[in-house]
Amino acid sequence: MQPVLAVTGLCKTFGATRAVDDVSFEVKPGEIVGLVGPNGAGKTTTISMVMGVLAPTAGDVSIDGCDIGRRRSQALAQTNFAAAYAPLPGNLTVEQNLRVFGMIYGVRDLTARIDELVGEYDLAPFRKTKTGVLSSGEQTRVTLAKAMLNRPKLLLLDEPTASIDPATARRIRRHIVDVAEKAGAGVLWTSHNMYEVAEVCDRVLFLSRGRILLSGDPAQLVAEHRASSLEDLFVTVANEALNPEAAAAS
Amino acid sequence: MRASATAAIVLRQLYLLRGSPTRLLPMVAWVAIDIVLWGFITRYLGALAGPRVNLVASILGAVLLWDFLGRVMQGVTTAFFEDVWSRNFLNIFATPLTIADYLGGLVLTGVGTSLMGLIVMLTLATSVFGLSFFAYGAAIAPFLMVLFVTGISLGVLGAAIVLRLGPASEWLIWPIPSLLSPFAGVFYPLAVLPGWMQAIGRALPPSYVFESMRAIVKGHAAPAGSMAFAVGLSLIYLLLACWVFARVYRFAIRTGLIARYSAETAN
Repeated sequence: MQPVLAVTGLCKTFGATRAVDDVSFEVKPGEIVGLVGPNGAGKTTTISMVMGVLAPTAGDVSIDGCDIGRRRSQALAQTNFAAAYAPLPGNLTVEQNLRVFGMIYGVRDLTARIDELVGEYDLAPFRKTKTGVLSSGEQTRVTLAKAMLNRPKLLLLDEPTASIDPATARRIRRHIVDVAEKAGAGVLWTSHNMYEVAEVCDRVLFLSRGRILLSGDPAQLVAEHRASSLEDLFVTVANEALNPEAAAAS
Repeated sequence: MRASATAAIVLRQLYLLRGSPTRLLPMVAWVAIDIVLWGFITRYLGALAGPRVNLVASILGAVLLWDFLGRVMQGVTTAFFEDVWSRNFLNIFATPLTIADYLGGLVLTGVGTSLMGLIVMLTLATSVFGLSFFAYGAAIAPFLMVLFVTGISLGVLGAAIVLRLGPASEWLIWPIPSLLSPFAGVFYPLAVLPGWMQAIGRALPPSYVFESMRAIVKGHAAPAGSMAFAVGLSLIYLLLACWVFARVYRFAIRTGLIARYSAETAN
């Protein structure tokens, strides 16, 4: 089965800093892959390169078989993203934002698709409301609805539930799992919430200082490293990676 | 270029204009004030100069045509600034949108907003001060084309500068038409300028428009050769401006400028 995302030998340097260092991984259709790591590990830099807004220093990104460097538009047409740091323009209403981005992605039967997403993300009361006046949780739902507009084969989520209350976050997680299972979309998901990652991800990649230190099934990784939880494993791995001498001494 | 993607960029501006009268007002208010101010100055100077001198066609017409260029440029840059102000680059540029789609949308927005300004200016200048575009004959078509294409080029170049230097650099963009007007000979022949200013003026397509306009007002024919040169020059500048924007965009993708643009870490 062809992966929806194939990342090969990805590197990004900013001056002397190697933000991402020889990272390779794949996301298969229907698979949810968690990209976790401490702040500054290179998660957002990696996602930015997959989104096509940052060119790699070396390596390739291929989305559904399209190399993003050579066939950028075709590759990006197969993907979409939601990130806590990229809210939609606050001076447009929810419906206007969805329509504008739907047209950019060339979504067919756009009005019907907007109706569908407004229902799925409980946005009907805010349809004619300017996005900027919504609460951060409501804005996140609008961003997620935008991310689903083109029924992406690859969904990129950078801390999508960061500002959402637990009940809504749980519904959104279920919804995204549904999208992966029923629509067969591959999902690359970054989060600092290890319980969330353990709950939804089929596979997790631990990134630190731009390199993948560990990868595998979350439950198996916890068992293999005799950690009490994924969060415990995360803390241990992050400490070892950031302070190897101190970790060895303890 | 994909029609739906370009239309999306235009639609976004239409939504903003529809929902915000404060965006609509400056499009017509400043040009109307300019026409009223220069209309009365022209009328006063006309009374001093006597009826043999057609100051309405040469001065008020020049103000109108120069304002048109400024409105075209601002139509493009303002549409771009909307993405700067709403920190929308990541959303916009992580889509299948191409540079041609995006610039096409900005240009079409510039066409629409500048036409609004032109209609208001023309209505005022004609109805209150007696200016008629018919005074320029068929030459008005290349005049408007040169000014329109130059305005688009300046707008695209301004957008590239702001993309490269960061949001605060928008203040460098607004005064560009004022900066160019002394060199373009809007109100006087290029011959009155010192040599180095004339050299710059000859490199600016609008200067040929204003030289031709003055020739027509004096009763001569519009110099077809120099107008054809101005049309060609303006098209070359348009291609150059698009090339500069594409270069800056690629630079922004390579350095991560787009991903961190809102942090204003442009360097």
